[in-house]
Amino acid sequence: MTTAAIETVALNRHYGGTPVLSDVTLHLEAGRVHGLLGRNGAGKTTLLRILTGLERPSTGTARLLGQDPFENGRLAGRFCFVKESQVYPDSFLVEHVLRAASLLYPSWDPALADELLDAFALPRRRRVKKLSRGMTSALGIVVGLAARAETTLFDEPYLGLDATARRIFYDVLLEEISTSPRTVLLSTHLIDEVDHLLERVVVIDHGRVAFDAEADDVRGSAVEITGPAAAVDTFVTGRRVLRRTGLGSVARTTIEARLSAAERAHAQQLGLDLSPVSLQEVVVGLTGAAILEEVAS
Amino acid sequence: MDDSRPIFVQIAERIADDILDGTLPEGTQVPSTTELSAFYRINPATVAKGMAELVAQDVLHKRRGIGMFVSTGARARLLEGRRAAFVDEFVAPLVHEARRLGIGADDLHHMLSEAAGRTGADGAPGQAAGGAR
Repeated sequence: MTTAAIETVALNRHYGGTPVLSDVTLHLEAGRVHGLLGRNGAGKTTLLRILTGLERPSTGTARLLGQDPFENGRLAGRFCFVKESQVYPDSFLVEHVLRAASLLYPSWDPALADELLDAFALPRRRRVKKLSRGMTSALGIVVGLAARAETTLFDEPYLGLDATARRIFYDVLLEEISTSPRTVLLSTHLIDEVDHLLERVVVIDHGRVAFDAEADDVRGSAVEITGPAAAVDTFVTGRRVLRRTGLGSVARTTIEARLSAAERAHAQQLGLDLSPVSLQEVVVGLTGAAILEEVAS
Repeated sequence: MDDSRPIFVQIAERIADDILDGTLPEGTQVPSTTELSAFYRINPATVAKGMAELVAQDVLHKRRGIGMFVSTGARARLLEGRRAAFVDEFVAPLVHEARRLGIGADDLHHMLSEAAGRTGADGAPGQAAGGAR
């Protein structure tokens, strides 16, 4: 097995009697971009907090760069955690944040920080608490990218950021991992925007790992079938259905399958439309199904 | 890029397309992983995987410290591969459907010649001649 930047074994976390994470076992290789996907409240943030030593698992183990992350001073400067809502001291200006980061991270790249500050139009002399929601997010991204830490964890880093700013983030992230490879764990629900950036995809649903696979293996692993309900039902018999919606006599069903040319021809003959399914739709299919089951039970 | 197939396969296909249509002649340098990653906005590791696929097929080769280059004979090898795929992906389903519709071999042959002739008249004589033979 290759070196893991992030590893958990049978990790559980509960608050009082409420389970937040259950039996999470992950092995995320170093030097790759991993996506942590899932709905709000699925347990993504708790997992990131445990991985970065801000919380302890109730049972099980977590390892970051091979070490127990909990209050571990030796890991300082080797990882960077960009939180969804980072809080800075009230008196801090933007430039203070950058200076603090430059002292903490040995690989800090001041030129990249400057470039990003300009790209996001962040005023250096502005008090951090006076920044808009989007600017605060942008500042977190500047720190996360310019830190050039061995492992960078982003937790929904773009709250309040517009599409252009998010584009800048993705483009610079690509450039950075291409010129100086590092491990990135990106927690997000904007799956469509990031799916070409990700090499591995972990989906957390209700505190459990619902899915853990190579992003490229997911692509083409499902297909959406639309057509007369009876024909759709005949075609999908015996297959794993991820999602089904109907409108009168027409049905749309997503199934987990790689269809052969013959199967495609057969579908066409039945008057069915086939369309590819994006990573996002596969995730929605996987995590939405659990909710339907819950409603039904 | 579409969602139906792995991205690394699509990257390999795009580079192969460029070699087939002469955009990347044999012996020339292929854009770097970083350039392709930035251009297509996909993970550089995925680009590298697509390139590795073409190296395994002897279409590209690496010159240490310089980059990737199109190998001699790459175009011929790609054409050979595409012709084989053409039978599987286009000819076989065509014949299958023709049989279902009760179109005999002679009829089918006639239809193909006619279609190929029409394409030729439309201004792609080289391809049409190749297809009709």
